[in-house]
Amino acid sequence: MELLKIERIEKYYGNKSNITKAVDGISFTVNKGEFTAIMGASGSGKTTLLNCISTIDKVTSGHIFLEDTDITKLKGKALNKFRRDNIGFIFQDFNLLDTLTAFENISLALSIQKYPVKDIENAVNTVAEQLGIKDVLKKYPYQMSGGQKQRVASARAIITNPKIVLADEPTGALDSKASKMLLERFSYLNKEHDTTIMMVTHDSFTASYASRVIFIKDGQIFQEISRGDNSRKQFFDRIIDVITLLGGDMSDAL
Amino acid sequence: MLFKISVNNIRKSLRDYAVYFFTLVIGVAIFYIFNAMETQTAYLTVSSNTREIIRLIVSLVSGLSIFVSIVLGLLIVYASRFLMKRRNKEFALYLMLGMGKGKISLLLLIETLLIGIVSLAAGIGIGILASQFTSSFTARLFEADMNSYKFIVSGSAIIRTILYFSIMYIAVMLFNGFTVSRCKLIDLMQSGRKSENPKLKNPVLCVIVFIISVIALGYAYYNVSYNTFSLAENTLTLMIITGAVSTLTIFWSVSGMLLRVIMSMKNIYYRSLNSFTFRQLSSKVNTMVVSMTVICLMLFVTICTLITAFSMRNSLNRNLNELCPADIQIEMSFENESLKISQACQMTVPNFDSYFTDKSDLTYFMDKNVTISALAGDKIADLKKDFPFIFEESILNIVKQSEYNNLMELYGRETIQLAENEFALVCNLQKAINVYNDVLADYGTLNVFGKELSPYKNSCVNGFIGLSSQPLNDGFIVVQDNLTEGAKQIFKIFTGKLSATDKMEIANAEEFIIDKLERSHDKLNYGFFEYNTRTDIKENSIGIGALVIFLGLYLGLIFLITSGVILALRSLSDSVDSITRYEMLRKIGAEESDIAKSLFRQNLLFFAIPLAVAVIHSVFGMKFAMNYVLQIFGTEGMAKSISLASLIILIIYGGYFIITYMCSKSIIKIRKTKER
Repeated sequence: MELLKIERIEKYYGNKSNITKAVDGISFTVNKGEFTAIMGASGSGKTTLLNCISTIDKVTSGHIFLEDTDITKLKGKALNKFRRDNIGFIFQDFNLLDTLTAFENISLALSIQKYPVKDIENAVNTVAEQLGIKDVLKKYPYQMSGGQKQRVASARAIITNPKIVLADEPTGALDSKASKMLLERFSYLNKEHDTTIMMVTHDSFTASYASRVIFIKDGQIFQEISRGDNSRKQFFDRIIDVITLLGGDMSDAL
Repeated sequence: MLFKISVNNIRKSLRDYAVYFFTLVIGVAIFYIFNAMETQTAYLTVSSNTREIIRLIVSLVSGLSIFVSIVLGLLIVYASRFLMKRRNKEFALYLMLGMGKGKISLLLLIETLLIGIVSLAAGIGIGILASQFTSSFTARLFEADMNSYKFIVSGSAIIRTILYFSIMYIAVMLFNGFTVSRCKLIDLMQSGRKSENPKLKNPVLCVIVFIISVIALGYAYYNVSYNTFSLAENTLTLMIITGAVSTLTIFWSVSGMLLRVIMSMKNIYYRSLNSFTFRQLSSKVNTMVVSMTVICLMLFVTICTLITAFSMRNSLNRNLNELCPADIQIEMSFENESLKISQACQMTVPNFDSYFTDKSDLTYFMDKNVTISALAGDKIADLKKDFPFIFEESILNIVKQSEYNNLMELYGRETIQLAENEFALVCNLQKAINVYNDVLADYGTLNVFGKELSPYKNSCVNGFIGLSSQPLNDGFIVVQDNLTEGAKQIFKIFTGKLSATDKMEIANAEEFIIDKLERSHDKLNYGFFEYNTRTDIKENSIGIGALVIFLGLYLGLIFLITSGVILALRSLSDSVDSITRYEMLRKIGAEESDIAKSLFRQNLLFFAIPLAVAVIHSVFGMKFAMNYVLQIFGTEGMAKSISLASLIILIIYGGYFIITYMCSKSIIKIRKTKER
């Protein structure tokens, strides 16, 4: 089932004399329950793309449909409400509130949605179980490791049952062990709970956990590969191949 | 170059801390206005008596100015230290770029100098403009006419303002230089990397401390407000210290418990952004226990001072009409006991009778057995316990019914008709009325000049003989005329209403009569001579009223702006620090209106907490003031004073709250648009 449909979106920065095309006519669709990774070098436009999908940024032209809503047409309060009810965010730098405990950080997402207070505790505990952070719920961000912080942030993103979870370089600030743990959780959520996840990364190891990888270069789609029946290791090798190609191309251009 | 950096720095911080710079200007203006009192009143037509009081006010204001400048000086040092801390990263950058510490000190010096000069100039300018309006307020306070409007500029006030504030700014410069010379680059660089560490205090300890503080505070409250008169001076000091210390410990323990209490109320805590709101508030309160206490105490002093000042002035004016119904009163004693004062005056003052529309003579008698202890009988012990200020052996004066009624008719007050065996006890000092009513309720008899008398109506009569601006008559006795025959006289008192109505004529008549009497000592051979005029009483009470209003307002305004700006500074810098937090809230989908609501609640509670504690303090503080000071002046019309004082506090303190809220809102908003 088609969940997200992106139609020829463009995002330009700058003025007439000096235009940067950060996103230059990208189209693709994401089905429900898919785990998509978007890869690309720095400045390839992958974060801009994510920001446009997440409604944090506005497109210059083109349309983005989430189910039947054209989110490029939403404005003001409706936009806020849409973002709050349909999209879960995970950021590279966690974006946890340092004054709140893990529990409160997670529950805040529900509070903002005016979720019934009596059900909050249960909901938080359930999600914490899924992400393996039950024992850090009472801790403050400064008392947690990076991996724990990112899993708390992930819990906050999925607790509201969003239609799609958007993650911007979720492993960017984590060491390899913590990255692996987080990504395994992502796979688990994707497989067991049918959570649709879309993440931006420049790390092939991270991307290899996805079921599909879209490569972006200079604002355009360069290539797209699906995991199919491959093992993670095989998929990883295929990703590396594409990257080599990408890199070769880049050195040609230079 | 340095100058340019300084100007830019000021402009940058001006945006976020406009409240502080604005307060500096207002502080200078208030300082100027009150110190320009002398010049403001110079153009008023007032008597020499009032002029004397003005001189007293001026000297008191200049004395108070030293205290005020200490308060403002501490505020400026506090604020600049606070603002400096926020710039550690900037200093680190300067140091890394190779700027010496001396240069940085110089940079700060230029900044302080610039701010100082601008705030002084603006403040004095505003002060001069505002004093044009306040001078008419001053004129009304003294009930004097301004003979002509003049643009008033007080040179001495300008000089004093510049001098005092220069000293404050120099202190700040020295302080800044000292701080810079001691800082280390590594500390400066790492200062921004502080991770918020919201440590909760030990809850058990908090509860214990809280309970102890409340008990200590309750004990202090009880002592000052219900035990007022048995309080020795050093006990009072001890109670004040107890109050201040328990305020501190209450803030300390409440800041530790507040969050836990609210956290346990899950329905509130997990609703909307409340968990965030209370965390923010709690971290603010937690790190500001001492400042909160100081602010609370300043507010407390302000509330009490303002209410006391207003009600003193109110009652002084009201009392004058009631307690001063005649123009002149002369007290004398003669060797020739049958001579009345009016007769003596007729002998010495030409056309004495023609000055008056109404006159009355009265003689005070005494019976050395008629004392307070004789009156109170076996209740004296109870009385002493309740009112330790009573001197039980003091003798009560006695007057004749006919003379008393005569005077009451002149005063336009009720007369009394005593039965054969009755005496009346007349007083109007509230405390004395309470005592005597208690005593007279089921009274036996009192032996006056050898005759047993019972009290008239079994309660005391509210009245007085001596003209006064305050109800200070602590009691005398009225008896049937025939009883005083051959009794010992103390002195005589003459009361008259002048026929003159014009202010000048009255003054001239008074002066003439008094002068003649003073010159005829040998002829009349009087042993004792005193006089009292309505004009003098009125001027005195107006003067005292103006005095308390001036000092009360001066201190009150300074305390209010100081408290307001400390809270505002802290709250604003917190908003600056929390910009990223609000950004996060937006990213996870919090609505703008919810964020605004959270910000509003944080600020509201932050401002309300010290005020609430101060109001509770004030209830008991005012009880003390009423027992101690206002009792004499009368406490009617308290509601009016309270509402006036509340209005002033509401406007200034509330104004700071609203400005802080608005600025915080724009702080967390501005960056948002800039980032996009």
